[in-house]
Amino acid sequence: MQLTNDSLLRENQQNLSTQWHPPKAPTKLDAAERKRLQDKARELRAQIVEVTYTCGGSHIGGSLSQHDILVALYYRYLNIDPSRPDWDQRDRFVLSKGHGGIGHAVILADKGYFDPQLLMDFNKTGSPFGMHLDRLKVRGVDCSTGSLGHGFPLAVGIALGARVQGHKYRTYCVLGDGECHEGAVWEAAMAAGHYKPTNLTAFVDRNKLCMDGPTEKVMALEPLDRKFESFGWRVLKIDGHDFDQICDAVDTALAETERPVMIIANTIKGKGVDFMENKTAWHYGGLDAEMRAKALESIQRS
Amino acid sequence: MAKAEGLTWTVDDADHMTQAEIYGEVLTQLALKNEKIVAMTADLATSTKIGKFQAKIPERFFDFGIAEANMVAVASGIAETGLIPVISTFAVFASLRAAEFVRTDLCYQKRNVKIIGTHSGTSFGQAGTTHHCTEDLAVMRSFANMVVIAPADARETAKAVEAVLGWDGPCYIRIGRGFEPPLHKDLDFDFEIGKAIELRDGHDVTVIACGVTVLHAMEAAARAAANGVSVRVLDMHTIKPIDEAAVLKAVADTRRIITAEDHSVVGGLGSAVADLIAKSGKGCAFRKLGYQDEFSIVGYPEDLLHHYKIDADGILEAIAEVVRAEFEQDENWEDED
Repeated sequence: MQLTNDSLLRENQQNLSTQWHPPKAPTKLDAAERKRLQDKARELRAQIVEVTYTCGGSHIGGSLSQHDILVALYYRYLNIDPSRPDWDQRDRFVLSKGHGGIGHAVILADKGYFDPQLLMDFNKTGSPFGMHLDRLKVRGVDCSTGSLGHGFPLAVGIALGARVQGHKYRTYCVLGDGECHEGAVWEAAMAAGHYKPTNLTAFVDRNKLCMDGPTEKVMALEPLDRKFESFGWRVLKIDGHDFDQICDAVDTALAETERPVMIIANTIKGKGVDFMENKTAWHYGGLDAEMRAKALESIQRS
Repeated sequence: MAKAEGLTWTVDDADHMTQAEIYGEVLTQLALKNEKIVAMTADLATSTKIGKFQAKIPERFFDFGIAEANMVAVASGIAETGLIPVISTFAVFASLRAAEFVRTDLCYQKRNVKIIGTHSGTSFGQAGTTHHCTEDLAVMRSFANMVVIAPADARETAKAVEAVLGWDGPCYIRIGRGFEPPLHKDLDFDFEIGKAIELRDGHDVTVIACGVTVLHAMEAAARAAANGVSVRVLDMHTIKPIDEAAVLKAVADTRRIITAEDHSVVGGLGSAVADLIAKSGKGCAFRKLGYQDEFSIVGYPEDLLHHYKIDADGILEAIAEVVRAEFEQDENWEDED
């Protein structure tokens, strides 16, 4: 009997969902776990401010809006080992909105992939750290992103490659909402709707702003949820700064066996720093000593 | 002029009309021995011959539909998992439509992905400019870490496919539609990435050719010999990394260089050779044959090669011209007869 690609893929899918279990994940967050994540998020938000202050500027707005999603993934879900960044069975993470690299780097440093002191060289000539992280220079980075619309199909590819080989690891991808203007995002969405890599979980960091202003004024995306659904995805909508909702959504995605899952996370650009929140201008910016102090104080209160 | 009457066929008949199926067979055989090889196309499984792979190893084959940019990025992701993707689509879509994805997701990230661009040059003559590709060598050559190969015939293509699968990094192979006449009678020849094949030695003028023009260069050389002109023919299948030593030797030995390619004279083989001639500091008579910074007319491929003077007649004409050409002589003239 000649197995078609479809039936083989479905078979693989079923094997994956019954045999793989997310590491150390109770069903709901208890108070201690919630606090652990919130404290870690707060601590690393302050780090993002510090690195931005030192290096002269960063994509701080988007790094703060994506932050809680990344903290949930890196501190609760990703099956990774910082001492073995090339471990071939590790979970993969693709920051398709690659300009959030500074936020990603701060987390990687905290996880132990490299000496946090190196972050102080961000953007300097010859530094391994530029605005967009280079997988060949920064340990812990699975794909070099930065040009929008690339990371998402890269993540689809990782998921498909894993499945062809019967590997059990998961792939996570975070997109920007403005990034969804790119045609390549929809090509990837269509391919995933067709090949159904359920070992892929994706997020849109829906902070509703792009560089020229609100996304709905520049190039309207709504109804974004119905768009992904029509491409064959299961869509979940959450508050991207609520750890209970983030974790519920990821747990749901991990259990989903029919379709890949897109989690549209409603977020606030600049979240945690009151003078940056929801401001288009803070897509990219620098901080002087006074603003740094104000930003840190705001984060402490958050 | 080529004749169309009496030709009744569809894409499904292409199988027994051409030798290009050799490449599809070779790839499939290699993939049966190496489980890491996966293949993919953008709705061109039959035209590009990668359909053979699909038939034999469906679980490692992906059709991504008419979406080339996605296909290249997905291939990069698949390569991250340790597999070796081989992409096949038309040259114009692989090199231009998906250019940024090739550069940023394959070359910049040094992914072990192979691209086979078919229907390159004007081999798809009747389809017109939207399906021609006279710029792919220029584009791919400009990307760091990319290997660029234009094999002369189906047998060379088979060897090139094998060679790139043994090479760690992104590679681009460009071929025609598969109807090209054979240059090699069998597989008994050496093929090494970056090493030109000297098909014919000579000392009056050198023709450096790639792809379909190689056979034409050989014909032109034979006809020139009848007129007492000694022509060296180099099959420069690898445009990048180009065989610099072979070019410099041709410069030193003959001082008269003609390049020929089914490609624009801007940025392809001719430009790569010109870079080396200029670098050598030696005076040369030099002509580039190809599309002279223009888009092609519609036509049968063999007619187009003749029209644009890249066929044997055109090469012979260039030989006659270059042999008579004056050029600035320098002091290191010991190598001149």
